[in-house]
Amino acid sequence: MSNKETITGAEALMRSLEHQGVDTLFGYPGGSIMPVFDALYDHRHILNHILVRHEQGATHAAQGYARASGKVGVCLVTSGPGATNTITGIADAMIDSTPVVVIAGQVGTSFLGSDAFQEVDLVGITQPITKWSYQIRRAEDVPWAVARAFYLASSGRPGPVVLDFAKNAQVETFDYEPTTVDFVRSYIPVPDTDSMSVIMAADLINKAQRPLVLVGQGVELGNAQDELRAFIEKADMPAGCTLLGLSALPSDHRLNVGMLGMHGNLAPNVKTNECDVLVAVGMRFDDRVTGNLATYAKQAKIIHFDIDPAEINKNVKVDVAVLGDCKDTLRAVTDLLVPAKHKEWLASFAPYAEEERVRVIEPEIHPGHGPLNMGEVVRAVSEATRNEAVLVTDVGQNQMMSARYFKYSRNRSIITSGGLGTMGFGLPAAVGATFAVPDRTVCVFMGDGGLQMNLQELGTVMEQKAPVKMILLNNNYLGNVRQWQAMFFNRKYSFTPMLNPDYMKIAEAYGIPSRRVMERSDLSAAIDEMLSTAGPFLLEACVIEEGNVLPMTPPGGTVNDMLLEC
Amino acid sequence: MDKKLYTMIVYSENIAGLLNQITAVFTRRQINIESLNVSASSIKGVHKYTITAWTDEDTIKKIVRQIEKKIDVLQAHYFTDEEIFSHEIALYKLSTPVLEREPKVSELIRRYNARVVEVNPTYSALEKDGTTEDITSFYDELQQLGCVLQFVRSGRIALTKSCVERVNEFLAEREARYLRAKQNEAAR
Ligand SMILES: Cc1ncc(C[n+]2csc(CCOP(=O)(O)OP(=O)(O)O)c2C)c(N)n1
Ligand SMILES: [Mg+2]
Repeated sequence: MSNKETITGAEALMRSLEHQGVDTLFGYPGGSIMPVFDALYDHRHILNHILVRHEQGATHAAQGYARASGKVGVCLVTSGPGATNTITGIADAMIDSTPVVVIAGQVGTSFLGSDAFQEVDLVGITQPITKWSYQIRRAEDVPWAVARAFYLASSGRPGPVVLDFAKNAQVETFDYEPTTVDFVRSYIPVPDTDSMSVIMAADLINKAQRPLVLVGQGVELGNAQDELRAFIEKADMPAGCTLLGLSALPSDHRLNVGMLGMHGNLAPNVKTNECDVLVAVGMRFDDRVTGNLATYAKQAKIIHFDIDPAEINKNVKVDVAVLGDCKDTLRAVTDLLVPAKHKEWLASFAPYAEEERVRVIEPEIHPGHGPLNMGEVVRAVSEATRNEAVLVTDVGQNQMMSARYFKYSRNRSIITSGGLGTMGFGLPAAVGATFAVPDRTVCVFMGDGGLQMNLQELGTVMEQKAPVKMILLNNNYLGNVRQWQAMFFNRKYSFTPMLNPDYMKIAEAYGIPSRRVMERSDLSAAIDEMLSTAGPFLLEACVIEEGNVLPMTPPGGTVNDMLLEC
Repeated sequence: MDKKLYTMIVYSENIAGLLNQITAVFTRRQINIESLNVSASSIKGVHKYTITAWTDEDTIKKIVRQIEKKIDVLQAHYFTDEEIFSHEIALYKLSTPVLEREPKVSELIRRYNARVVEVNPTYSALEKDGTTEDITSFYDELQQLGCVLQFVRSGRIALTKSCVERVNEFLAEREARYLRAKQNEAAR
């Protein structure tokens, strides 16, 4: 017996989403998506729809949801401006490999190409920034398109998918049957692992005197945190983490030597140019990690574990590429490793860590006098959550400071816009994260610039009572740009000072409890108040205006040549 | 690195919008496409692109992998001129009075083995296939005689010297592996 039933395309979308196990979506209605919203109303008890205040917020919320949970984040928006408002989030999800499905309304097929009201060529616009972008023109394509969208977004190297849903297809009826896609003949989500590459990688590591591992987000995406730990422990290899890989290895793990990159820790950066074997796992040698490629790890043999063949030799030429799912490949290589000890090599990191601690970290987190520092606020919040919270950041100095001074003890605990560096990402992403992991504390650190870029999402926080712990690190500047102006543009502060509103009044208008802290002596009580208040809270920390993020590899500089002061 | 003319052959599903995605990989890297030919391949539902571009081997490798990463692309490979048989076709419109007046033109037509496809009192149309060099040098010589009214050249099409279209094996292998995986799943 067939279980076919005649329903509309809009109703089919609801059933298809439920068939995929979706329980949360972030969206905003409008003309071309009204039939879908009409159907959604009757499914609202299964499909929890979060009404955002701007479609960009919907995409970042879906990203935050996906990054915290590992599931696909879903957005539902209207055509035209609703659709174009999602572009930044889609591009962000693409470059940071985040599984999201954006479903946008579109004018009816008979209007396509005629510059109809609220028509934009969404597929054309989003093709370069999605894994797949598809226009649904007929109701009967809905089950297949949704199944394919979820399969593509979540398999292999994850990424965003756009479904552009023509209005006629929303209202036409057809015989619905649930559909699953688990094969696309032109798409190889996980490439085969060459067994020779496994042997060669193990051989290089077994012979290494000074191995260094670079941990990327791929480890979290591949759910290979345990495999990574076994891998580095067996061969006693120090490991540095990229910004997006920070929580793939607990901060206090014996072999964790800190954060890589422009504002990362001194030791792993310096040691990148001293190691004899460099092992990159699920990272893509971004320029913010490598600095000048011409002087990057030239002395080392390089092994690259990745799921995406297009990443191999893209930026850095490697000696061995281990393609495949790192959960499997790490295990396979670990099996061939000879247990080793690299006592001296590991000890050689300590003087650099100590130098950074004395010259940068201590003055940042325990200044003792003067205005509050960003770092001390971040560390105090982290410790008050027993380092168990999910960290969400915005972009700028606040991002680098929170990434550096937060501590990570659990998987999937950092949500930040890495590749695109999208100001305004933090607040909506944090809202999304609270729906993904309701049992965890979600803390978002933002600058005064970035908070205002999606300030409207305070409305979503208010309506949903989303328990977001919002920490505004207010320096009255577009601080990150100001720091560059100070360092490279002769302190010419061109349009970086900013007149700020009274954030306490803003919070009050939204009915969100809040506290402003100017004095060091008030900080810890305010943090306690924030964490003990049920629901959302805005903590404004008025921090040093002209603080700088250090250390720093100047743009185009070499990884082992970091500035400790400026 | 050494720049060369590379020929890339891409097989894809027959899906609207893919051409854009493929050319964007070149343009993002600021590589000019010299010629581009798109048509149905010998396999039903599969499109074949033949693209030529001047670049170095490092770059063409990266471009191939980035194109292959597109969801609906089946396979992409690059070749040097030694690894393929390639052909182009060109059409030349000449002024008939000049052609009649100037015996050198007929000589050139014979020497370059061009075919006359139309003659009327105003113009004559020629067709010629061959290599890029051959086609352009014929054009240059005609141009010196001042008789070319119009000239158009197709993109390159190419056959690889290796015997089978690799995409056939690829598709068979993909389907077989999927079926095997399904059977294993069912057995478990
Ligand atoms: C959407 C967007 N616009 C501009 C920038 C460039 N930018 C990077 S950091 C920054 C300053 C951020 O200021 P603020 O949010 O106050 O954070 P701070 O650096 O002061 O902590 C700017 C303008 C960006 N990354 N994203
Ligand atoms: Mg600021």
